[in-house]
Amino acid sequence: MSNILVNAPKTARRGDVIEIKALILHPMETGFRPGPNGRIIPRNIIERFTATWNGAEIFALDMSPAIAANPFVSFFSRANESGTVILRWTGDEGFAAEHRVDIAVE
Amino acid sequence: MDRRHFLAGTAAVVVLPLAPAAATPDAMAEAIRKVIGMATPIEGRVKLDVPPLVENGSTVPLTVSVESPMTADDHVKAIHVFNEKNPQPNVFSARLGPQNGRAVIGTRIKLGDSQRIIAIAETSDGKFWSAGADVIVTLAACLEEAT
Repeated sequence: MSNILVNAPKTARRGDVIEIKALILHPMETGFRPGPNGRIIPRNIIERFTATWNGAEIFALDMSPAIAANPFVSFFSRANESGTVILRWTGDEGFAAEHRVDIAVE
Repeated sequence: MDRRHFLAGTAAVVVLPLAPAAATPDAMAEAIRKVIGMATPIEGRVKLDVPPLVENGSTVPLTVSVESPMTADDHVKAIHVFNEKNPQPNVFSARLGPQNGRAVIGTRIKLGDSQRIIAIAETSDGKFWSAGADVIVTLAACLEEAT
């Protein structure tokens, strides 16, 4: 899992609004750039990032080739109950990655 | 050129960038139409943080924050970001809800040229809010060949 970096608090008070930051290694090749041989390098991007908290979707992001390489996303969530946040990235060429964060809510 | 004509000329130059709709290239206007339909976005409530001058267009930090209590009755449903001059007008579309607590999204984007960025937020009452920012890029993304 070394190609994913996630920053989220391990504990939170009930009702707190917490920030979740996620970074993943990915070229985000736009499909508009010529390679060394002069041919266009085919598009290879992450199209979608989602976050679920105990299975319920809390955030979803549709990306375009205009998102920089190694996509970084930060967003907020209310901490209502202890549980597992699952971050998912899916994209071109069958790309799929997942990261779990356990957050204890007191 | 006498003084009067000179002043008139500078006034025209200063006024131009303030006319938002006219300066928007067609592709971006069309992409925005697809998202908001016939609605007219209201300027305000949205804050678009992006540096006014960037050296490297391949990673430009961008934060969109929307003023909203984020309650079940009054929250931001979606945030969309568009650009004028990249090969495609869309940057991202995010879906949010009251569970987010704060309507703030941060990411890093690519810019192929100096251009205007527009962020549009859809609130739960069906209204659209917008903000724009101009960015000058000295070294554009996409131009360099991959090695």
